[in-house]
Amino acid sequence: MAERILEVKNLSKSYGDQQVLHDINFSLNKGEVMTMLGPSGIGKSTLLRCLNGLEDFQTGELVFEGQTIKPSAANWQQLRQKIGMVFQSYDLFPNMTVLQNITLAPIKVQKRSKQEAEAEARKLLKRVQLADYADAYPRELSGGQKQRIAIARALAMHPDLMLFDEVTASLDPEMVRSVLDLIKELSEQDHMTMIIVTHEMNFARQIADQVLFLDEGTILEQTAGKDFFTNPQTQRAKDFLASMDF
Amino acid sequence: MEHSGISVLFQGRNFVRLLGGLWTSVWIAALALLFGLLLGALIGLARTSKNKLVRAIFRIYLEFFRIVPTVVLLFLFYYILPRQFGLNWPGSVMATIAFALWVSAEFSDIVRGALISVPKVQQESGLALGLSKWQLFIYVLLPQAFQLELPATINLATRVIKTTSLLMMISVMDLINVGQQIIEANNQSHPTAVFWIYGLIFLLYFIVDYPLSLWSKKVARRKQD
Repeated sequence: MAERILEVKNLSKSYGDQQVLHDINFSLNKGEVMTMLGPSGIGKSTLLRCLNGLEDFQTGELVFEGQTIKPSAANWQQLRQKIGMVFQSYDLFPNMTVLQNITLAPIKVQKRSKQEAEAEARKLLKRVQLADYADAYPRELSGGQKQRIAIARALAMHPDLMLFDEVTASLDPEMVRSVLDLIKELSEQDHMTMIIVTHEMNFARQIADQVLFLDEGTILEQTAGKDFFTNPQTQRAKDFLASMDF
Repeated sequence: MEHSGISVLFQGRNFVRLLGGLWTSVWIAALALLFGLLLGALIGLARTSKNKLVRAIFRIYLEFFRIVPTVVLLFLFYYILPRQFGLNWPGSVMATIAFALWVSAEFSDIVRGALISVPKVQQESGLALGLSKWQLFIYVLLPQAFQLELPATINLATRVIKTTSLLMMISVMDLINVGQQIIEANNQSHPTAVFWIYGLIFLLYFIVDYPLSLWSKKVARRKQD
């Protein structure tokens, strides 16, 4: 029996009068990769951000590792150590070196020793093939390098779940590959549980165990990975795949 | 040259006394900056609070120190507050407190401006790593904000050092006050001493402030790169 890591129940969210997420339900097992697909600006990122408390929601509940999440600031701060997130704009802290970026949270939040955190950071850097950049500042790196370091930074916290919010959307095409390969490796080697918002359809097809297709803040399709691409159920999904040249 | 004013500079302990006055000005400015910047950073954070009342209170605090002339502040702290509250502290201490509060008010506005110009997603990526609000402020926002506003902060420091010239109004033996005493003591015998003394005072202030000014320019230029 697969271990359930996250369950989203009847989640709805509005900004004022405008409802942006309608009764979202899904669940995710340990080691699974879910991709969230759909047109831009229909609430995928908002949904993802609800899952680590960067956005609040009005109704519904989240169950993470068997515990219903109480949405207090302190509680979210605890949970975020288990739920890593990487953003589109790879926001490394510009005032710190790469190594300091990676070790900040392990040292300050998890109170690990500096020595141990740095040793692990160097291991992670080697893994993302940027071992030589430990003492560089973010401004000296390319977008793809920054994004791989942002991923290493999230991994240093040993999360149980990783959220990726369009992490390749602002990268040059030739940079995209290195980031996607890294995410794929996380799935295949580490069996990391991940939720990925992306517009890279080929990548999504290769990696997804589950696909959530959203439009207008509603889940239109929820299917096992490959089926979505070969046999979309709704006209909307067919149109979407066609528009993505897929 | 017997009666040339320049000789007054080196008569007796005059030169040492002037340097002593400069030292008084500098340590008052330095302490005021130290405490003022610390307090100002906190007030600047408070001014980005979601709580309207908190924001309003510190806004008024800022406007008070910005609007009231510094001389009036010094009088307030030297003459009025001690009498009202029965404090009997030396003028230099009261001046340090007055200046520190003034610095904190000015710096709070600098910090607030810088904090809100740090991209929001920097905050979010810090939060997403599990940092507390406080850790986020100390390790992520404040260093970035400080870099953004370093030129303005150095500028503030030069203003504080210059403004210590008002200390003579509350009988603190600062550089100007010492100079004034020397001039008055020698005015009869050396009428031109005033020129030399103030010339030296000018030079001393320049030596203290100019490196700061250069530094500020350098930082501002680096920011443009």
